[in-house]
Amino acid sequence: MLRFEDVRLSFAGVKAIDGVSFTVAKDELFAVIGPNGAGKTSIFNVISGVYRPQHGRVTLDGTDLTGLRPDKVAKLGVARTFQNVELFQHLTVLENLMLGRHHHIRYGTLAAIAWLGRARREEIANRAVVEDIVDFLELAQWRRLPVGLLPYGVQKRVELGRALAMEPKLLLLDEPVAGMNLEETEDMARFILDVREELGIPMILVEHDMGLVMDLADRVMVVDFGVPVATGTPAEVQHNPDVLRAYLGEVEAA
Amino acid sequence: MRNRPLLRTSYNQELALLDTTSKKVAVGILLAVGVALPWLVEDQLLQLIGLACVTAIGAIGLNIVTGYAGQVSLGHAFFLAIGAYTAAAIAGDPDARTIGFGVREILIWLPAAGVVAALAGVLVAPLATRLRGLYLAIVTLGLVFIGGHVINEWSSLTGGPGIGRQPPAPTLLGYDLNTGDAFLTRDQKLYLLMLVLLVIAALAARNLARSRVGRAFTAIRDRDIAAGVMGVNLARYKTIAFGVSSFYAGCAGALLYVGIGYFDPTTFNLLLSVQYIAMILIGGAGTVSGAVLGAFLITLLPRLIREVPSFLPFISNSPAESPNAYQLETVLYGVLIIVFLIFEPRGLFGIWIRLRNYWKAWPFSY
Ligand SMILES: Nc1ncnc2c1ncn2[C@@H]1O[C@H](COP(=O)(O)OP(=O)(O)O)[C@@H](O)[C@H]1O
Ligand SMILES: [Mg+2]
Repeated sequence: MLRFEDVRLSFAGVKAIDGVSFTVAKDELFAVIGPNGAGKTSIFNVISGVYRPQHGRVTLDGTDLTGLRPDKVAKLGVARTFQNVELFQHLTVLENLMLGRHHHIRYGTLAAIAWLGRARREEIANRAVVEDIVDFLELAQWRRLPVGLLPYGVQKRVELGRALAMEPKLLLLDEPVAGMNLEETEDMARFILDVREELGIPMILVEHDMGLVMDLADRVMVVDFGVPVATGTPAEVQHNPDVLRAYLGEVEAA
Repeated sequence: MRNRPLLRTSYNQELALLDTTSKKVAVGILLAVGVALPWLVEDQLLQLIGLACVTAIGAIGLNIVTGYAGQVSLGHAFFLAIGAYTAAAIAGDPDARTIGFGVREILIWLPAAGVVAALAGVLVAPLATRLRGLYLAIVTLGLVFIGGHVINEWSSLTGGPGIGRQPPAPTLLGYDLNTGDAFLTRDQKLYLLMLVLLVIAALAARNLARSRVGRAFTAIRDRDIAAGVMGVNLARYKTIAFGVSSFYAGCAGALLYVGIGYFDPTTFNLLLSVQYIAMILIGGAGTVSGAVLGAFLITLLPRLIREVPSFLPFISNSPAESPNAYQLETVLYGVLIIVFLIFEPRGLFGIWIRLRNYWKAWPFSY
């Protein structure tokens, strides 16, 4: 359903993405791994419209996404989380999730000011959807708190919830377990599997760390210095000599 | 239910503006005092409080674009001026030396002033999609200088500097609000009008703030990239913020000088814009009640300071001597802004929250 074709993106000479192509099928959990600075986040930024690539095309179900504004891409059904949590700190968990509903809530500025039938009805209907997500991700105890006050692991979960609230066709998760302890990582892995099984949303998972990816993903693409090194099932990729080199190289450097 | 005030049984209850009994009581008392005020205080003070109500409408407007949507605008005086002159021209005496069409009905000139200012706001909004933070502040500052130049020169509309013109003399559905009668004096009528308009303006702003539009504003203010990725069209919502904010400014500008009965083009200067910024900073950016508190404080401050010399005799009431009450006033503005920015960035509203939490926890200190 998603085609990412020969995309090139560079910043003042730094090639962040250098000719990457892949496709994601319906119901697939596709993972992108690679060392820091490999260009994984940049791939997400190109899909979600934050960066405009110099070359290449991105299509979703045949619709061209290349160069569209982020809000257009969101309306076409792409939701994402961020590597460094990008929640609205001063808003509560519920308000953050309601922001995920933004384009499903239909009323205009004048209706908002009058707050009569339509605005009220829409808010209540969408609030019910948001409460389902709160239950699904077990966020009930925090729902009224400003997210800035929550532990990091919970914030990551709220961000997943905000993306789910968009009812996306495709979900992009940028390092969902980065910086988490073992227990939080297991919780997050469980939620990702739940999303897959109960909601059936195709996902692209970016991870720095191999373990989670090998457990969850159907297919994996390895990138290094913006270049795809290998693509295949976790087992195939694990034994690919180029992949080992990219990772071992990183270990030596570190 | 009575013993569990936070128990809600429907989303409708939860979405209510006055969601607790104490809020209902507090707002009820405030409104009762507000309505009774014309019979409690003398007309001169009443006129000042009416001015505070109108100023609060303007401050709520600035708070929408700057407090909620995070777009710092120093151009508020420009939009106030557009409202003031639109209203004055529509309502003005056709036989006077300045432009006037003689339509004194407030239901016509007030919305017209708001709409013309809102259109100007929508035209200015594209700047906000190109510029951020300080750059936007400086460019909106340019509006005040350009606007100031135009109104100083355009004396057939404004009367010119030092001469000025009359603001609208309002009638409501044919009932003259600009003169006293057997029931109410002029100042009582005008005050009640302004009180009612403030209540409407505050309610509308609260509704906007809790809606999807208000959430989009906050999202843009806090993290604009994430807001875009969530589906918020940044350009569109910045335009809405400027439009609504300028509508408020236009209405406030139209009413500001009705009580005094005269205004001069030189009033719409940078200082006026800065005063409005001070109001929302002191009151607490991003809340409607904060904007109202700030507007009342800044409007009533000069009057309060005028009382200072009676108990601090070394401060003079005469501008010729030093230190005098006028110098004290200027210094106090600055000190208030600095103190609030450093110690309580949530403004008077933040102090209120602290007090409330203190009493909630009383007698425990944490
Ligand atoms: N906005 C930007 N400006 C300049 N360089 C950038 C920008 N975003 C990413 N890069 C560069 O692109 C490369 C890939 O970065 P990124 O996609 O964040 O990697 P990853 O997510 O795999 O760690 C890095 O060299 C980074 O410095
Ligand atoms: Mg990254």
